[in-house]
Amino acid sequence: MNILELAGVTLRLGERTILADVDLAVRAGEFIGVLGPNGAGKTTFMRAVLGLLPPAHGHIRVFGRPPRRGNPAIGYMPQVRTVLPELKIRGRDFIASSLDGARWGLPSLGRAKRQAIDATLELVGARALAERALSDMSGGERQRLLLAQALIGEPKLLLLDEPLIGLDARHQEIAIDVVRTVCRERGTTVLFSAHELNQLLGTLDRVLYLGSGKAVLGSVDEVITAPVLSRLYGTEIQVIRADGNYFVMSRGRTVEHGEHLHHSPHDHHR
Amino acid sequence: MFAYEFMNNAFAAAGIVAVVAGLVGYFLVMRGQTFAGHALSHIGFAGATGAGLLGLAPLWGLIGFTLTAGLFMGAMSERISNRDVAVGVVLALALGFGLLFLHYYTAFASQATAVLFGNVLAVDAQTILTLTVLGAVTLAGLGAIMRPLIFASLQPELAEAKGVPLRGLSIAFLALVALAVSACAQIVGVLMVFTLMVGPPAAAQRLSARLWSGLALAAGLSLAQAWLGLAMAFYTDWPVSFCIALLSGVGYFAALALPATVRASPASSPSPPR
Repeated sequence: MNILELAGVTLRLGERTILADVDLAVRAGEFIGVLGPNGAGKTTFMRAVLGLLPPAHGHIRVFGRPPRRGNPAIGYMPQVRTVLPELKIRGRDFIASSLDGARWGLPSLGRAKRQAIDATLELVGARALAERALSDMSGGERQRLLLAQALIGEPKLLLLDEPLIGLDARHQEIAIDVVRTVCRERGTTVLFSAHELNQLLGTLDRVLYLGSGKAVLGSVDEVITAPVLSRLYGTEIQVIRADGNYFVMSRGRTVEHGEHLHHSPHDHHR
Repeated sequence: MFAYEFMNNAFAAAGIVAVVAGLVGYFLVMRGQTFAGHALSHIGFAGATGAGLLGLAPLWGLIGFTLTAGLFMGAMSERISNRDVAVGVVLALALGFGLLFLHYYTAFASQATAVLFGNVLAVDAQTILTLTVLGAVTLAGLGAIMRPLIFASLQPELAEAKGVPLRGLSIAFLALVALAVSACAQIVGVLMVFTLMVGPPAAAQRLSARLWSGLALAAGLSLAQAWLGLAMAFYTDWPVSFCIALLSGVGYFAALALPATVRASPASSPSPPR
């Protein structure tokens, strides 16, 4: 069964066309690595799947239906995370605010909720964050808190927008490992956007590569090739394979690394 | 001190307002919109003097102007209501209009001081009733939107994806802030609304990382400072607003100094030190 289908989808932000005439289908339980240069439309793509951006043309089907805001079957970790770093609110309350957060009335933290939060924090190896204040957490710890939050409620589709930004190499490995383990076990479909392909090689089933308004979905061998990427980057690209790793090069420089450097999170240096 | 009716009235009025201001202020601080709250109170000055010009009670002018401005600022997207420059310009403009109204209605000048710095000792039973209704409406509204408000304040991007109407919420919240500001201005004046609406909640947020205890602390601190301020004014003959402002400032800076020892020890976490 296809969890996600796009048929002739064009996405626009104002006058700018982000993706044009995209067709693709994601099967249940797949782990899709979403890659592409900055501004290629990874975030826009996810927002469309969430129902936040109606397509200018074409149809999107999520679980066989048009996307709708607030679908509880979708877990989401946004890229722009305006977490106020000075806020002294403990991790458990922070996550609790998102559970049923769209319902009116007073917030509540019942036993079931508390257990769900603590269990999920345990899952990502961050149990201690439940009692710690947000203001006392490092950027990486806050990332793990957000990852745990996205996993709560056992969503069938998980949209993770750059979940590795701000994490050091070791915590990146841990984060990928957690998502892989949990989602394999639950049969969750994952769209995982990232800047680097190589870390995800052992985990992903297929790659969705975005660029120049186009999108290509396929296996690593199909997509990470000089002709396909040259088309997506709009410039001549070489793909070098070494030691099981892929290096995407443009005029002698690796493309991915160059971009990763530009992208510093708010509190990376804290 | 409780032998005087005006003191009893003052305690009742200050008590109601302090609790409302503390609770609403907690979210103002959480959302980083304190400056917007400050601007609303100054806009209220123009409203109060304008009402004087029309022969209405200042409170209604306050409510009318702050509510309109609150709805407007909320509608101009979240980002703009947080923008210091835009808010600052509106604030100065509002004070300017207040001055203009005052210029044409000089008889109001004596009341202007009360609007600016508060005059809790002149509160009568009618005002207490009005403040009670105002406070009840504000708290009922806050209770109705509290859950999505917290979500939208902490994680706007996710809240939007989960179906929270961000803009509607922002409008509703600033409207509630406007009501709270109007009530608060009756006690400490438009210039010193911060003493009850920002000082105690900011201190509470330093002291507690839990939502409910933080809220209770904000309301409690605000109430304590308002009542202690009244008592202090009674025995020293200093202006009430000064006493409350002093306690508010002391409370906030004490809370700033305290956390080093009160904070949960980082030893309980397995993560490496930063």
